[in-house]
Amino acid sequence: MSSALAQYLLAGLTLGAIYALVALGFAIIYNASHVINFAQGEFVMIGGMAAAVFVESGLPLYLAVIFSIGTATLVGFALARFAVEPARGASVVTLIIITIGAAILLRGLATLVWDKKIHPLPAFSGDQPIVLGGATLLPQVLWVLGATALAVALLSWFFNRTLTGKAMLAVSHNRLAAQLVGVSVRRVLLVSFALSAALGALAGILIAPIAFTSWDAGVMLGLKGFAAAILGGLGSGPGAIAGGLALGLIEALGAGYLSSAYKDVFAFLIILAALVFLPNGLFGRRATERV
Amino acid sequence: MLLRAENLSRRFGGVAAVQEVCLELEAGAVHSIIGPNGAGKTTLLNMLSGIYRPDSGRIFLEETELSSLPSHEFAAAGIGRTFQNLQIFFNMSALENVMAGRWLHERCSLGAALLRLPGLARAERRCRDAAAALLESVGLGRWLDADSDAMPYGALKRLEIARALAAQPKLLLLDEPAAGLNATETGEIDALIRTLAARGITVVLVEHNMKLVMEVSQHVIVLDYGRKLAEGDPRAVSEDRRVIEAYLGTDAQ
Amino acid sequence: MAFSAGALPSASSKALAGLARRKGLAALALAIALLPLALPNNYTYEIAILVGLNAIVCVGLNLLVGYAGQISLGHAGFFGLGAYGSAILAARYGWPPLASLAAATAAVALLAWAIGRPILRLRGHYLAMATLGFGIIVSIVLATEDRITGGPDGMAVPPLTVLGFAVSGEKTWYWLVGALLIASVWVAQNLIASPRGRALRALHGSEFAAGALGIDAARHKLSIFVVSAVFAAAAGALTAHYAGFITPAKASFLHSIELVTMVVFGGMASTYGAVLGAAVLTTLPQFLTVFKEYEMVLLGAVMMLTMIFMPQGLAPTLARALGPALEKLLAAARRKPV
Repeated sequence: MSSALAQYLLAGLTLGAIYALVALGFAIIYNASHVINFAQGEFVMIGGMAAAVFVESGLPLYLAVIFSIGTATLVGFALARFAVEPARGASVVTLIIITIGAAILLRGLATLVWDKKIHPLPAFSGDQPIVLGGATLLPQVLWVLGATALAVALLSWFFNRTLTGKAMLAVSHNRLAAQLVGVSVRRVLLVSFALSAALGALAGILIAPIAFTSWDAGVMLGLKGFAAAILGGLGSGPGAIAGGLALGLIEALGAGYLSSAYKDVFAFLIILAALVFLPNGLFGRRATERV
Repeated sequence: MLLRAENLSRRFGGVAAVQEVCLELEAGAVHSIIGPNGAGKTTLLNMLSGIYRPDSGRIFLEETELSSLPSHEFAAAGIGRTFQNLQIFFNMSALENVMAGRWLHERCSLGAALLRLPGLARAERRCRDAAAALLESVGLGRWLDADSDAMPYGALKRLEIARALAAQPKLLLLDEPAAGLNATETGEIDALIRTLAARGITVVLVEHNMKLVMEVSQHVIVLDYGRKLAEGDPRAVSEDRRVIEAYLGTDAQ
Repeated sequence: MAFSAGALPSASSKALAGLARRKGLAALALAIALLPLALPNNYTYEIAILVGLNAIVCVGLNLLVGYAGQISLGHAGFFGLGAYGSAILAARYGWPPLASLAAATAAVALLAWAIGRPILRLRGHYLAMATLGFGIIVSIVLATEDRITGGPDGMAVPPLTVLGFAVSGEKTWYWLVGALLIASVWVAQNLIASPRGRALRALHGSEFAAGALGIDAARHKLSIFVVSAVFAAAAGALTAHYAGFITPAKASFLHSIELVTMVVFGGMASTYGAVLGAAVLTTLPQFLTVFKEYEMVLLGAVMMLTMIFMPQGLAPTLARALGPALEKLLAAARRKPV
């Protein structure tokens, strides 16, 4: 393997891991409520910005991480409780506009509470590159990949082993049946937003030392996460991860070998092509509607 | 022969919903398809109206092969239908629902629609009158301008029939038209089906109400586990031992 | 299932809209004719013109989103291509602006047809993603091909000329855009009230039932997609010639979102709702600039609160609230001895 290729693959996996975390957030909320949360990118921004500002104010990194994930989780919970829940039963488009409104509101709040500057977050364990084979990698890349893997493992444990996780799966399979056996659909909604916000914030914190962060950093990351979730098949966990990694790799390889200005164009062209041939994404359930 | 179906089969995942079913439907008669729940009746109807594509087998309407065409081509060829779970256009009034049913006969070009060319207003009046007359004929005269989402269930069942009739089908597929209706309303459906038959419309009826089936149909087809179990005139079928077993279990004797 | 199924606009608002079609158009014309009395300066004229241009896009987009029930998060792509197409033909190749506008709009119609064919088979969120992807691709290409488009900084656009006369001055533009808006509303309402309009609403109501009536869903979705793209492209080209300048931001994802928000905010499946949504959401940010750094927070809050408490949008809610009051007023007027 050429060292350039190894470098691109590594960059693609790093980016892909971040997209996967954001995409998982989309999938979790979609499964719980059939809502597409266009404020998902703002959770990423809040995670990164809060962590950067906490560290700037002198907090140790680990506390900054915990507090910023906590902040985002609270915001996610509030969004579900005060904006999405009161609008239950509204049409899908209406719910999309509500979450877009929330995204604008949160971006506005970020400029008020913090500022409009670009913030760096120090890398978790230094900037000394590690040489591995022909490629060099930043220690932060290992943090991104490791933390993402850990988060995925925890999520899988949560959904398969805990009662709340199982209740959430039940709601995604059959809402009415879940309600009949006593699952609180309302609680599932709240938990799904809180959980997605935490995942988004984690993504934002992990990527901040590599890409910096600012009040509008969430817009593109949110869109890419949505694209990854759709590519994988909306509502599928493995699909979200595969979609995220695929998107990251396409982008990195496109930027490396073709043109960095057009990397997003390649990514979206491939997604369009994939959707034309696989209208339900890579892992999407093929539904036969009953008439 | 109005409709001929050869060896229709359709699977869903591991379940063979319909297997090797052949049909020959005479024009001008009322044909009923009966069978226990899950026998494949609605799946068969969905294939006959082009909503599901059969995995194998062929469908002909008067020697024109329809087999794998999209559903709107089935409709254009002359097959209309109603639905077991209502598929009313709840975003329209009762009258508009029926007017939408006139599409095959009152279509217009995009340009004519955008500029509201003179001929269109006349065609619209014609369409409106035809739809109103149809609603009257199924006994929904007083619901003409009603919001469809404000109408009672029994009226909606008849609205679907009126809408299907607006397309002037040669063959009308009715999927459980009496399901959920009381005795009076079922009687009205009974009378309506007889009127349709008298007007020369061939009807395929999927129905659980055996009294209705026995009264209106000339030809009954029995499905069980996706296969055709028996067919014939209502009396012969009701006395068929296999049919009694399928419905009541083997201990029925 | 159609994208916005779950809360179809009620049939009664439709019947009402049908009844009020001619009166509505007359009222809109009257409002456009009288508005200049309340416009003190060029700046307010400018906002009114932008409202009109956005309203034209929204009237077209509403045919797709509100009536046919299909989502598009990429209409700014069509807007931007119309704008840049006409600008480039006029500025770089010396075409007369009216010809460049027509050519750009026709080209966008063709493009919409070509991409609509494969992607309109997608449903719901998958269609949203595909249209979003298209819009993003367009905006990146426009920002990157700087030799032709001027890149992220945008490009200057020659003024519109009709029969050799330059259309200039806020007042001239106001009347031009006002007339075009009335024409757009007229055309859209004609379509809705025609058999084709019923076919569109039918496939929104139930695609299965529409198919069983011989309505070819794919063809109808495609034709309305192209019509809505034409509205967007023509309005985009006009906006470019009016402003004399165009940047890729007009083709961006955020602008696409703005356009859909206007439609939903005003009230889907009502042409006047689309106009109202465009008017409110175009003028609101102008007012909110007074609040400086609070602008974004307020805009987001207004969007959320409106959609939470009026999920059907502004127009139907207002109609329901004001309808009885108006009727009472009319009844009282009738009772008065003449």
